[in-house]
Amino acid sequence: MSMQLEQSPTTGDEVITNYTINFGPQHPAAHGVLRMVMELDGEIIERIDPHVGLLHRGTEKLIEHKTYLQALPYFDRLDYCSPLCMEHSYVLAIEKLLNVEVPIRAQYLRVLFAELTRICNHMLNIGAHVMDVGAMTPNLWVFELREDCMNFFERASGARMHSAWFRPGGVHQDVPEKLLVDIGEWLDTRLPELFGDAMSLVLDNRIFKQRNVDIAVVSKDDAVAWGFSGPMIRAAGIPWDLRKSQPYDVYDRMEFDIPVGTNSDCYDRFVVRVKEVYESKKIIKQCLAEMPQGPICSDDRKVAPPKRAEMKQSMEALIHHFKLYTEGFHVPAGEVYVATESPKGEFGVYLVSDGSNKPYRCKIRPTAFSHLQAMDFMSKGHMLPDATAILGAIDVVFGECDR
Amino acid sequence: MATLHSAPRFTRIDGLKDALSQALGDHLVEAHEEHGELLLHVKRDSVEDALRVLRDDHAYQQLMEIAGADYPSRAERFEVVYMLLSLTKNSRIIVKCRASEDTPVPTVTTLWPNAGWLEREVFDMYGVLFAGNTDLRRILTDYGFEGHPFRKDFPLTGFTELRYSEDLKRVVYEPVELAQDLRQFDFMSPWEGADYVLPGDEKADTPPVNDPKTTEKPSDTGAGAKTDAKAAEKVSAKAPAEQDGGKDAEAPEPTEDRPARAKRKGKASGTAKATEPEAKPAAKKKPAAAKKAQAKRKAPAKKKDDQ
Repeated sequence: MSMQLEQSPTTGDEVITNYTINFGPQHPAAHGVLRMVMELDGEIIERIDPHVGLLHRGTEKLIEHKTYLQALPYFDRLDYCSPLCMEHSYVLAIEKLLNVEVPIRAQYLRVLFAELTRICNHMLNIGAHVMDVGAMTPNLWVFELREDCMNFFERASGARMHSAWFRPGGVHQDVPEKLLVDIGEWLDTRLPELFGDAMSLVLDNRIFKQRNVDIAVVSKDDAVAWGFSGPMIRAAGIPWDLRKSQPYDVYDRMEFDIPVGTNSDCYDRFVVRVKEVYESKKIIKQCLAEMPQGPICSDDRKVAPPKRAEMKQSMEALIHHFKLYTEGFHVPAGEVYVATESPKGEFGVYLVSDGSNKPYRCKIRPTAFSHLQAMDFMSKGHMLPDATAILGAIDVVFGECDR
Repeated sequence: MATLHSAPRFTRIDGLKDALSQALGDHLVEAHEEHGELLLHVKRDSVEDALRVLRDDHAYQQLMEIAGADYPSRAERFEVVYMLLSLTKNSRIIVKCRASEDTPVPTVTTLWPNAGWLEREVFDMYGVLFAGNTDLRRILTDYGFEGHPFRKDFPLTGFTELRYSEDLKRVVYEPVELAQDLRQFDFMSPWEGADYVLPGDEKADTPPVNDPKTTEKPSDTGAGAKTDAKAAEKVSAKAPAEQDGGKDAEAPEPTEDRPARAKRKGKASGTAKATEPEAKPAAKKKPAAAKKAQAKRKAPAKKKDDQ
C-alpha cells in the first residue's frame, strides 16, 4: 500500500457560504410546534426567523361566540402548563367590568392555587431546560413534583390540567380541609427534598454552566424595549413583578421577595425560576396560615350561581341557576386591560363588552410573543446548540403563543 | 363608584388625564377614564408621534400589546389599541386610533422593536395596514391563507377545511362542509334585547275574521255517523310488529344518510343474532366452517413436508 496524500478540504481553504435550515416544526427542543428558519454560517447562527401560528385555533374568535362563562375553559387551553394563571387574568377582567366583590377566602384560594400553578409550571420548564442541554435525571425528579401538583389540582377541581376552577366572583368549589393540610406537608417534605436534590445536580454543574452562562445576554434597555416581562425581565436585573407592583387578590398581604438576575443570561433566567419556586412556597405557606373560613364565591346571584342544595329549596335560586347557565350574565359595556403575573410573564386580557352576555372582543396578550420575537437578536452569533438553551430559558408554550 | 373588585391595582396618578391631554395637544381626539383606566383616542396619522411623546416625556417605556377590534357599523371600522406600561410610574394607559381597510396606520416599530409582530398580528387578523412596517407578513394563519379571520363578517367556521388525502398522499384543502349546522344558540332574554320577531309573534297582528267558528250543531264538529261508528270500535289496529305474526323482520336496506356521497358498501345485517343467545343454525354451521378452514390451512403445509 502506497502513502496517500490527504485530499479532503479543510476549513480555511474553502469558502463556506451561509445555508438555511429548518428547526422544527416537530422538534423535541422546540417545546411544541415552532418552526424556526435559521440562517447559519457553519455552526454559527446568523439570523433566525421564527414562524409561529402552527397551533393557532382562533380562540379569541371562539370566545366572541360564547357567553362569558362558556369562554372560561378556553383559557385553560392557552398555556396548558399553567392553566389556573390563565384563568386568573380572565376572571379578574370580568370582575373589573362588573365591579363585583370576591370573598376573602376565594381570594386566598386563588392566590394559593396560582402559586401552586407557578411551581407546577416552573417544574416543567426547569426540567425541560435541563434536558435540552443534556441532563436527564433532574427532569425525571421534578416531574414527580409536577405530578403531585396535578393531584392537588384534581382534588380541588376534579381535573388535572383543565381545571376551569376560577370563576367570575370566586372559585367553583371549596377545597377539602385535608387537601390544605396535605399541601402544607408536601411543601415541607417532598418539595424541598426532591427539588433540592435535583437542583444540587444542576446549579453548580460545570456542563450546565458551560451551556448557559453568557448565552443570550440582554441588556436592561433591550429587555424594556422588547417588552420583556416575568423571569425574562427580572433576569435582566429589573425587579418588576406584577404581584408586587400591581397586586391583585390578596397578593398585597403576602410577604415574598423578587429574585433578580445580575448577568441577564440563560443561566440567570434559570436561577430566577428556581428561586421563584421557593418564593411561591413562602406565599402558599402564608395563604395556608392566614386563610379565613367563609364563602368561596360572590353571593351576587346575577353573577355567581347558587348552591345545588339551595336550588332544591328555593324557586328563586332555580331561576337564577337556569338563567346563568343558559343566557349567562350581562356585563356592562366598557373595556379593560387586565394583566397578571403568570409564571411566564405578563399575561393580559383586553376585554371589550357591549353590554350583552358575550364578550365583544377578547384580546389575549401572550407572554411568549415578545420573548420569541427577540429570539433573533438573542441568538445572533451563538452556536446552533445554544438555540435550544435560549428557547428553554424563554419558557415558551405554543398553546398560549398561537392562541 | 367604590372599587369592589380585586383586579390589579396600579398607581393612580392625580391629574394624569389632564396632563397627558395637554401633552398630546392636537394629536388627541378624546380622553376618558373608565374602570380606573385612562383611554386616549388619538388621530390615526399622529399615532407614532403621540406614542413617542408618551414614551419619551411621560415614561411609558413598554409597549405590552397591540389589539385590533372590528366595529363594522362605523365608517372607519377598525380600532387599533395600544397598551402602554410605565415601569417607573407603575401606570398603564390605553391608546387607540381608528382605521379602515384602505387607510394605513403609521408603524410604531420605530419606537419599539417588539411592535413588529404585534402589528403583523393585527394585519393578519383584521387586514389593517401599517405604513412603514417593512415585514408585514401574515403571522398566525396558515401559509397561503386568504382573508382576515377576526373580522366580524368572517364566519366562525371559515371557508376551507383540510384533511390528509390517502389518494394524493398529502394534505388537501376543501371548502368547508358541515355534517351538522353550526349551532348558534341565542339565549338573550326576549324582553331585554332581542331585535327580531319571536316565533309566534307574527300571529299577534292577524286581523279578526268576520264570522268566528262555533260548534253549535253536531255537523259543525266535522263528525258524522261514519266517525261515530269508528270511534265506537274498542280495539285499535295492531302494532306493525304484531301484525306479521311474530316473524323476525329483516333489517332495512342501508340508508343513504349523506346523499352527496357514494352509497355505503356492504349489506346491513340484523342485530338479533348478536343479542340473542340461542341461535341454533349458526351454532351448527360454525364447526363445519372451522374444519374446512383448518383443512385448507393444513394442505399447503403438507406439500412443503413432501418436498
